[in-house]
Amino acid sequence: MDFSFSEEEEQFRQEVRLWLKREIPARWFELDPGMWEETEESWAISREFQRKLGQKGWLAPAYPKEYGGLELSHTKRLILAEELAYNRAPVSVEVEITVNWVAPTIMLFGTEKQKKDYITRVARGEIIFCLGYSEPDAGSDLAALQTRAVEVGDEYVINGQKIWCSYGHLADYCWLAARTDPDAPKHKGISMFIVDMKTPGITIRPLINILNHHSFNEVFFDDVRIPKENLVGQKNNGWYQLVIALDFERSSIGVAARQQRIIEELVQYAKETKRNGEPISNDPLVRNELAGIAVENEVLRMMCYRIAWMYSKNLHPSYESSMTMVFASEVTRRLANVGMRILGHYGQLDRDSKWAPLQGRIMRMYLSSLSIGVGGGSNEIQRNIIAMRGLGLPRG
Amino acid sequence: MNLGLSEEQEMLKTSARDFLQKEFPKKLVRQLDESETGYSPELWRKMAELGWMGLVFPEKYGGSGGSFLDLIVLLEEMGYNILPGPFFSTVVLGGLTILSAGNEEQRNEFLPRIASGDRILTLALTEPSARYDAAAINTRATTSNGNYVINGTKLFVPDANVADYILCVTRTKEEQNPEDGITVFLVDAKSPGIECTLLKTLARDKQCEIVFDNVGVPQNNILGKPDQGWTIIKDTLQKATVAKCAEMVGSAQAALEMAVQYAKERVQFNRPIGSFQAIQHYCANMVTDVDGARFITYKAAWKVSEGLPAALDVAIAKAWTGEACSRVTLLAHQIFGAIGFTMDHDLHLYYRRAKAGEIMFGDSDTQRAIVARELGL
Repeated sequence: MDFSFSEEEEQFRQEVRLWLKREIPARWFELDPGMWEETEESWAISREFQRKLGQKGWLAPAYPKEYGGLELSHTKRLILAEELAYNRAPVSVEVEITVNWVAPTIMLFGTEKQKKDYITRVARGEIIFCLGYSEPDAGSDLAALQTRAVEVGDEYVINGQKIWCSYGHLADYCWLAARTDPDAPKHKGISMFIVDMKTPGITIRPLINILNHHSFNEVFFDDVRIPKENLVGQKNNGWYQLVIALDFERSSIGVAARQQRIIEELVQYAKETKRNGEPISNDPLVRNELAGIAVENEVLRMMCYRIAWMYSKNLHPSYESSMTMVFASEVTRRLANVGMRILGHYGQLDRDSKWAPLQGRIMRMYLSSLSIGVGGGSNEIQRNIIAMRGLGLPRG
Repeated sequence: MNLGLSEEQEMLKTSARDFLQKEFPKKLVRQLDESETGYSPELWRKMAELGWMGLVFPEKYGGSGGSFLDLIVLLEEMGYNILPGPFFSTVVLGGLTILSAGNEEQRNEFLPRIASGDRILTLALTEPSARYDAAAINTRATTSNGNYVINGTKLFVPDANVADYILCVTRTKEEQNPEDGITVFLVDAKSPGIECTLLKTLARDKQCEIVFDNVGVPQNNILGKPDQGWTIIKDTLQKATVAKCAEMVGSAQAALEMAVQYAKERVQFNRPIGSFQAIQHYCANMVTDVDGARFITYKAAWKVSEGLPAALDVAIAKAWTGEACSRVTLLAHQIFGAIGFTMDHDLHLYYRRAKAGEIMFGDSDTQRAIVARELGL
């Protein structure tokens, strides 16, 4: 057992830190967009940064070299992910989905042409995919999706509605799950497609999220015609491909590192803030709360390390990823609550107020943390997976 | 980074599991729980023959030169099979302390005898205040003709009822800093003036009250330097705390497995209760707690084993593991329902031990206080 990093790995960490210090524009920290808070300006900065990361090879460090990756070791990828998150680099969900879900699925199931077309551009930081998964009547029961793709000549014609499509209004492509065989059992009639978001027949309607930002969309497909070659993998094998993609490396390591930073800020705040003439860091309740959340975050970090280590040993994690996701979401929500309690009245203030501590970050986290534990497979679904796949309990 | 066990550790784990399951069936565990001594001298000898008592001692002291992490692997298995007896007291509290703080003579005197199973030890640290900090040490040792005389009461001392020697933590000087003026003595448990009373406890482990009434101890029996004993105890406490976590992780793993097995077999409403989401989610929560506790414990144990500063990691591990393992056994009880509420069922053995482990060496509030301090609060 060895929890240390090699000297070379520590050097790599230093290299990443220095690079981030140089390359993240100051404006980004002024905007300080949290999860689900992208604006046009922050989106532009993110795309610029994505290309820089791509040039450096750090956007998709795991990819094979022929597709623009570095084939970096799992430990170095973990270090990179930790540093990006801790230093609040302009890397958000859209990159995670594009780089770690969609492209690896294309890598596994796509044609040579698709791989050359898309994966290299993903690795260079040139394109963003949004997900076309959920529908109004297909949330946790995703396989109930109804959007149809019908083969007509050299094309597929798509009709239907998707929802919760994050940054669909900004993405270049949609990674779409559609029904190609309505008569087959629901898991066996789904296929995966790449859809250019500029294709005629696509209508986007914004859904304003709880943070009062436009990040989600309803996406309507009205006789949207896409070339047949945009089918990825086998027709009607989409569910299998989709489930595999849900298992792709999602170590949540970024969550732990991001929260580490918040905890440090709260510790600092507690030391600097006086109540009744005394620093609140002297209050045993404050100490207990902050220490408690620091404990939980460290446990989360070890769960993440465990997953990275399993990958490095070619042990394929399954329920371990679900466990880590559930735990991460709960620690995030508790941290947001601890933060709100420590900031007290001031915790209510948003970034525009001169009175707002930590740029209003905590109150926005209090809101945004509701989404994890729901999106990407709710905690209830994840717990079912842990129980059935991990512990072998019978299907209900 | 490598979070797995070595080949040797895997072998140790397997052989320990096999031995403990064969030699310590739950019937025997119960008998020992209910007995006065809490251990079987015959099996104690067998464990010594397997090399367990000397696992972490260098070969020149009759050990096999294993690492602290090897011991952690063994303790996790002991927890898995809820092994009763003075192994923890003898090896972790006694042996490791003498190994790190004893002089050559003391090591030669004690370690080979511990390794061979001929000597049982314990550490008398806590007092009626039930605290683990230096300020809580009020038992006095005063000089008399070049030797020392100990007076005071120690409480919650594990396995003192069967110990041959007691490492007694005393105050020898009043200093501004309570960590100064502490001296650790190796006390023959049969010395006149020692009165040991077995306490009746939740986990039916053998915790004792020891009253020292003018107990004479030769100066040679000082462990380490006089008045500077607290550094020794701090080191031992760190090791013992993480070692206790390993034991708890093992027990929680066993409780989880029992509950999952039962959920697969128990039929209500014409289907196994494990097919109900309520039960599935309990089980998911349990395995999350067990896995989290295991890796946070390994992390702390690795730091201790490497001799790195580990105060924060050990406190984090104990703060989490104590509560997590109690939660696991509680949910296991919920899954077993009424049958778990009987003395005949084994689950209470785990439930009791989980709470005892949570309390031992500082409960989670105490640990979080340490974490807060280490975070710079």
